[in-house]
Amino acid sequence: MNWSKYSAPLAFYPLAGKMVPWFSVVAALIIAVGLYIGLLVAPTDFQQGDSYRIIFVHVPAAWMSMFLYVVMAIWAGIGMGLKARLSFMMAQAIAPTGAMFTFLALLTGAMWGKPTWGAWWVWDARLTSELILLFQYAGVMLLRTSIDDLRRADRASGVFALVGVVNIPIIYFSVKWWNTLHQGASVSMTAAPKMATIMLTAMLLMTFGFWMYSIAVILTRVRCVILERESMPAWSNPSTAPEVAEAR
Amino acid sequence: MYWGSVSEFLAMGGYGLYVWTSFIVTALSIMWEVLALWRRRTAALADSRGILRSIE
Repeated sequence: MNWSKYSAPLAFYPLAGKMVPWFSVVAALIIAVGLYIGLLVAPTDFQQGDSYRIIFVHVPAAWMSMFLYVVMAIWAGIGMGLKARLSFMMAQAIAPTGAMFTFLALLTGAMWGKPTWGAWWVWDARLTSELILLFQYAGVMLLRTSIDDLRRADRASGVFALVGVVNIPIIYFSVKWWNTLHQGASVSMTAAPKMATIMLTAMLLMTFGFWMYSIAVILTRVRCVILERESMPAWSNPSTAPEVAEAR
Repeated sequence: MYWGSVSEFLAMGGYGLYVWTSFIVTALSIMWEVLALWRRRTAALADSRGILRSIE
């Protein structure tokens, strides 16, 4: 199988279309099982009561927010390195979903913070760096829409995305590097082994479900982006008229 | 099954407001994203007549 042919947007379009239903079905099933275990089977936490159940959406959303940012930056980097249009389209398709998960991580975090810390929000290193991530997603999307020339828009937002990757390790290690109110990594949760296992199972299932959901949604969005870009009039599509862009 | 009754489940040990807000807003965001994509796809298809004929 010749995979390189799929780097052409219009060749990738039907392939992406074939993958979407599979990822959608897997996402729906896994999230359903994750919700069942997390909300109905897992017992109450001995310390935080039932407020801890927010973890089943909070941690998966937060992980996806960071993971999708890195993937978006990688696609932008490939796009700049290889001048591959589909890579920039992938980067463009990832940003809104990443921003949504960042928003959800912040919101569910506030919902967890109020009952456990007594505050919806604190200017703690973890929370602040995650808020900055939301602004980075906004910046990536705004840079693209505010520049008319698609090639320049792709490059500007790609550079912005790549530079912003420095924030990802800052978010991830913030709970170690600074004395934060936010608790440390939850994967090494130290509860009774049996409880920890069932909680961990639900959390990992939700994470996997969100991951599959992201792939389904991003592939659907990249199909929209391909249609939107490829159906532009030739004079406004830099890929078909590079000379016009140079002349300007 | 961990819960004894439906009302116990909904109360979430007194944390119902926080827990349910988290889960419901997450569900609404996902539904909104899917709906928005559906509409974007319809619009993109309407504006692109002819483009897909070459590949499908």
